[in-house]
Amino acid sequence: MGKLRQIAFYGKGGIGKSTTSQNTLAALVDMDQKILIVGCDPKADSTRLILNSKAQDTVLSLAAEAGSVEDLEIDDVLKVGYRGIKCVESGGPEPGVGCAGRGVITSINFLEENGAYDDVDYVSYDVLGDVVCGGFAMPIRENKAQEIYIVMSGEMMALYAANNIAKGILKYAHSGGVRLGGLICNERQTDREIDLAEALAKKINTQLIHFVPRDNIVQHAELRKQTVIQYAPDSQQANEYRQLASKIHANGGKGTIPTPVTMEELEEMLLDFGIMKTDEQALAELQAKEAAKAAAVVAA
Amino acid sequence: MTYDEEDSGYQNDGAFHQQLIADVLAAYPDKSRKRRQRHLSVAKPADEEAKTEGTLTECDVKSNIKSIPGVMTVRGCAYAGSKGVVWGPVKDMVHISHGPVGCGQYSWSQRRNYYIGKTGIDTFVTMQFTSDFQEKDIVFGGDKKLEKIIDEIDSLFPLAKGISIQSECPIGLIGDDIEAVSRKKHKETGKTIVPVRCEGFRGVSQSLGHHIANDAIRDWVFDKNEVHHEPGPYDVNVIGDYNIGGDAWSSRILLEEMGLRVVGNWSGDATLAEIERAPKAKLNLIHCYRSMNYICRHMEEKYGMPWIEYNFFGPSQIAMGLRKIAAFFDDTIKENAEKVIAKYQPLVDAVIAKYKPRLQGKKVMLYVGGLRPRHVVNAYEDLGMEIVGTGYEFAHGDDYQRTGHYVKDGTLIYDDVTSYELEKFIEGIRPDLVGSGIKEKYPVQKMGIPFRQMHSWDYSGPYHGYDGFAIFARDMDLAINNPVWGLFKAPWKKAA
Repeated sequence: MGKLRQIAFYGKGGIGKSTTSQNTLAALVDMDQKILIVGCDPKADSTRLILNSKAQDTVLSLAAEAGSVEDLEIDDVLKVGYRGIKCVESGGPEPGVGCAGRGVITSINFLEENGAYDDVDYVSYDVLGDVVCGGFAMPIRENKAQEIYIVMSGEMMALYAANNIAKGILKYAHSGGVRLGGLICNERQTDREIDLAEALAKKINTQLIHFVPRDNIVQHAELRKQTVIQYAPDSQQANEYRQLASKIHANGGKGTIPTPVTMEELEEMLLDFGIMKTDEQALAELQAKEAAKAAAVVAA
Repeated sequence: MTYDEEDSGYQNDGAFHQQLIADVLAAYPDKSRKRRQRHLSVAKPADEEAKTEGTLTECDVKSNIKSIPGVMTVRGCAYAGSKGVVWGPVKDMVHISHGPVGCGQYSWSQRRNYYIGKTGIDTFVTMQFTSDFQEKDIVFGGDKKLEKIIDEIDSLFPLAKGISIQSECPIGLIGDDIEAVSRKKHKETGKTIVPVRCEGFRGVSQSLGHHIANDAIRDWVFDKNEVHHEPGPYDVNVIGDYNIGGDAWSSRILLEEMGLRVVGNWSGDATLAEIERAPKAKLNLIHCYRSMNYICRHMEEKYGMPWIEYNFFGPSQIAMGLRKIAAFFDDTIKENAEKVIAKYQPLVDAVIAKYKPRLQGKKVMLYVGGLRPRHVVNAYEDLGMEIVGTGYEFAHGDDYQRTGHYVKDGTLIYDDVTSYELEKFIEGIRPDLVGSGIKEKYPVQKMGIPFRQMHSWDYSGPYHGYDGFAIFARDMDLAINNPVWGLFKAPWKKAA
């Protein structure tokens, strides 16, 4: 067993972090790696495809029942899924109450103190949405994850989020040694998506580690609470995830310190790619639309 | 009326004090020096126009600004201002320190707010209630726990008239909806439940906590319950007397002897009913201006109630205060005021005859909260003592402006003074007495200088009113003329 590698997946909400990470990790386990997945999302859906079932008992819900996290045993929360992948969900409060960020901190500390990280090659954190507060930055801090993989797409908000996450990584890069492993572009079929992803990667001093094409088979597998690796191991899509997994495996220690850009720079880039329109362009388009509408009315 | 015109005509050495300020500032890095120098000053003579209005000096310093990180400040937080000062003394309510255990535990019984009642039955001031937050309350929110606590209080202490929820920091961070819980529990129990958003990180000192607590009275107590109270023509509220060591009681007897009816005393020895019926009184008498002027201004705006500031420290100010209060009422009250002053004159004369010869000319430095740095000045002067320096922890501009009514030209003024500065000032001046708090007490005494705590009256009191003056004079004499100071020098060390 080599040195423990800790990685984390970040990205805008709904971008496909959990799907991408679980498929990738399922491919990694096929490469004989021992893996622990730590879900850091109150929704607790980061391990569903590995366990083939949802809503396992989370660290925090069990802790709340038992009284405190000190009353828990590691076996209460550790579940084993596809080919021996260990899974833990941190869990958290229902939306709108309490502090989910503190929940992440509590459960990661619990896992470390209770030996959940012993005897694994990989720990992978799957973190919700944006780095909204210190709690969700926990996996980046204090020498936890060494490399962060940002899942993104060609959509504007996904790019914004990726840049923001890079800022979070930069903040802790010098104190804790966290690095940006690369961008994973989860295809949304937007215009010039791969070019844009590569351009952003270059701008923030990282690589586009893999471009995952869109394929409906992912949905089919997900409906059956499975990864593509498990559901359709011979499919092209399974192959894509295997490629991504081996790239990540080979990427150990090769992460970089990101150079996030300002909002203005980012918007400029989006303008260059025609993703975002200038005010003049938008106005002209609106006028054209109005004119067309007026013409239609006149014609009628 | 002062008791020896010529004696109170002392002057302070302004030039020396300026030099002291320059000396302490010299130790700071540039940025800190720039910030701190605006808080330190020497009282200058007021201009002629202001003098005709009774202002002696101008005490122009910046105040109510965030303390500089790295210095030692003795300021508190908003929670301290609300729970510790304004709400805590309300005796027939239970005050929950909502959050982790420390804030409630370490502020337990910190102020000597005396009260009458059966503790644990119908009064609760010296008890500590906390929601004792654990990790799970932070992560999942504490609202459910708060509901449970309120239910428990309601069944364990059925005579409690109400509950206040004093927010500690985490409540504001995790966004608990304590207002919704209050409304719900009010509906269920019928009791007054007051959520107070006094999270410690709000504001720069305890001062904002006072304001927030005042606003909570306005929003959650006034005009909520039906008030069964027959108003009278001489009804007054005493606002901002916390009954430290019984202060409110030695004040109240004077007002009652004058023929006034004190229908509320806020908040020392106070009941919820006293707070509820306050707007029905004729006049608000405000002692601690800093902590409760907000609610007086509100009552003035909403109910048309006038308010006046008064000062019951020392005979000159007491007489002035009684006359000022009486002037608001009819001739009977005015005559009564004179009678009260005359009645206590022999006591005053006896106290002064006994202590003034022992205290005459003694120099005093003060550093207290938001009122006493000015309010006690004349009490010392009535005993022939001199105030050479004074400052506040958490005063605002209007307090320093009022300070000019009290202090003499050349008085050293220090706002939110750092431990280093205060120590240097005391070393430089070497006064005969320092009046400040527990954190200052022992360092000052180790410097060989007598000390009295002026927050807690050093476990003595009351100091308000005529009776209080007698105790005040005795205590200052005890501190200053204690023979221990003659033994300060080690006998084997020769005088230099």
